[in-house]
Amino acid sequence: MLYREAGQFKTSYAKDQAIFPILQDRVMMVLMLVVAFVGVPMLASEYWLSTIMLPFLVFSLAALGLNLLTGYAGQLSLGTGGFMATGAFAAYKLAVAFPEMNIVIVFLLSGVITAAVGVLFGLPSLRIKGFYLAVATLASQFFLIWMFNKFPWFTNYSSSGVISAPPRAVFGDFFVTGSSASPANKYLFTLVIVCVLALAAKNIVRSHVGRSWMAIRDMDIAAEIIGIKPLQTKLGAFAVSSFYCGISGALWAFIYTSSVEALAFDITRSFQILFMIIIGGLGSILGSFMGAAFIVLLPIFLSNAPTMFGLNISVDLISHMEFMIFGALIIFFLIVEPHGLARLWQIGKEKLRLWPFPY
Amino acid sequence: MSAHGERTFGDVVLRVDDVSLSFGGVQALANISFEVRDGQVLAIIGPNGAGKSSMLNVINGFYHPQQGTITYKGETRRQMKPHHAARQGVARTFQNIALFKGMSTLDNIMTGRNTKMHKNLFWQALHMGPARKEELEHREFVENIIDFLEIEHIRKTPVGRLPYGLQKRVELGRALAAEPELLLLDEPMAGMNLEEKEDMSRYVLDVNDEFGTTIVLIEHDMGVVMDISDHVVVLDYGRKLADGSPDEVRTNQLVIDAYLGVAHD
Repeated sequence: MLYREAGQFKTSYAKDQAIFPILQDRVMMVLMLVVAFVGVPMLASEYWLSTIMLPFLVFSLAALGLNLLTGYAGQLSLGTGGFMATGAFAAYKLAVAFPEMNIVIVFLLSGVITAAVGVLFGLPSLRIKGFYLAVATLASQFFLIWMFNKFPWFTNYSSSGVISAPPRAVFGDFFVTGSSASPANKYLFTLVIVCVLALAAKNIVRSHVGRSWMAIRDMDIAAEIIGIKPLQTKLGAFAVSSFYCGISGALWAFIYTSSVEALAFDITRSFQILFMIIIGGLGSILGSFMGAAFIVLLPIFLSNAPTMFGLNISVDLISHMEFMIFGALIIFFLIVEPHGLARLWQIGKEKLRLWPFPY
Repeated sequence: MSAHGERTFGDVVLRVDDVSLSFGGVQALANISFEVRDGQVLAIIGPNGAGKSSMLNVINGFYHPQQGTITYKGETRRQMKPHHAARQGVARTFQNIALFKGMSTLDNIMTGRNTKMHKNLFWQALHMGPARKEELEHREFVENIIDFLEIEHIRKTPVGRLPYGLQKRVELGRALAAEPELLLLDEPMAGMNLEEKEDMSRYVLDVNDEFGTTIVLIEHDMGVVMDISDHVVVLDYGRKLADGSPDEVRTNQLVIDAYLGVAHD
């Protein structure tokens, strides 16, 4: 009964095109932002902020990037890990080479560098599609990780191959990287970046750029015949997607873990992010966040649940149970709704609008 | 009888000159020549496999003929990419509906205006100022098309869920959104019932009448063809059998033979 749009009339196309045309959704979104910006930093412990919220946000951003490419533009990619590594190493080289440069600009530039690398490895998409393209992007994954391991220039000749984030502040003494940065600072900084980029992604996908991506995804021949240039469109999708993945990689290296080696971004990472968008929902901004939450938060919840409920189970049984339940849940969700959690959420909302009537 | 009575047309907008196209050993089109005048409704008819769709594909640059030239608006060419044709004002619909299934009716038709939207990615990401203004202007144009085709009620429905007849109409809407000067319709009425065919014929004639769009269409329903077209080109096995007004074509012995079959002795 609460979730009903009766009486909310849209009198202009601008109102009709709003991201949240329904009042209840707007209220809900504002509440969520207030919780995220005020509630979480006040209430959550440092452990929660740095081991749960930070990876969730960083993964969400990577999933968002891949979703733009795979979910919206239909170009299957297994190179996400490689692009994240590119962003991480680009940010490291920039931050060390230009200590005066603001960390925000460092991150943006590392995103731009990753975008350029993404365009380069997106070139095969002009000729090949689907699974074959996935294999071609796999090459970028292996090549980039190999390159960062092979040439010590990227790690500034560190003997362990590990890069450590130098301490940097956004302004004054609001440190977000290095040992003096508090988890709350890190969390707020990451949250702002993720929110801004998520809004930008939403705006892009509802613009003519996003429509041309979806047109290429749904039927590339028809798209070309109505005047969409496949070259620009596909490479544009690779560029924007890689920009997001690059910034996500930079956040990973600088803010989440503070020090990282190239192997942290291996093929497992690419698969993990691909699973996030499949479970969360291809072609949905919200789905990227839901998928990241599912894959990052659920294992933590499962491993803590027995102790939370006072059950006395041995540690190795818990970790085995965790795998079993996690696997079973993935299968369950994919059978119930192959289009992901985001679609499930949408169906739920449609049902709620009609409740208590069935239709 | 032509629906328009005596009509006069402008200059030749499209001239197909001696076009031949083959796929390996199969000759799809052989030395085809014809002209389309500004404001005309021209129908291409012929039995299955006559090369009608190939002809449309050659006109909008999807196939490249081995021989012959296409002159469109005074520009002669043999090879061209489909998106160039689109930018020059050629739009088309397909025999098997080629809509973007994951997108809503509104988004599909908005995509038809993509060639006219230029604000860059940066402005789009902000969704402010010029980008927003541009989006709203085009939305207004698209709403007029939605109004014209009477599909207001399915504006937000994903096209994959729509029945066949409505999908055909949405596809016409997407083609119209590009404000084409030359509209190519590949069997716009295939698989429709009588009522839907009448609706679609009305839309085709209205487009021609109101916007002055030149139309080249392929259709199998002879009643429709004879009623709505000004000029008919008949193809058979990739060759041109006849070219003339509906009345001339109807009485042409070669055409009758091709359609009814003829005893070979």
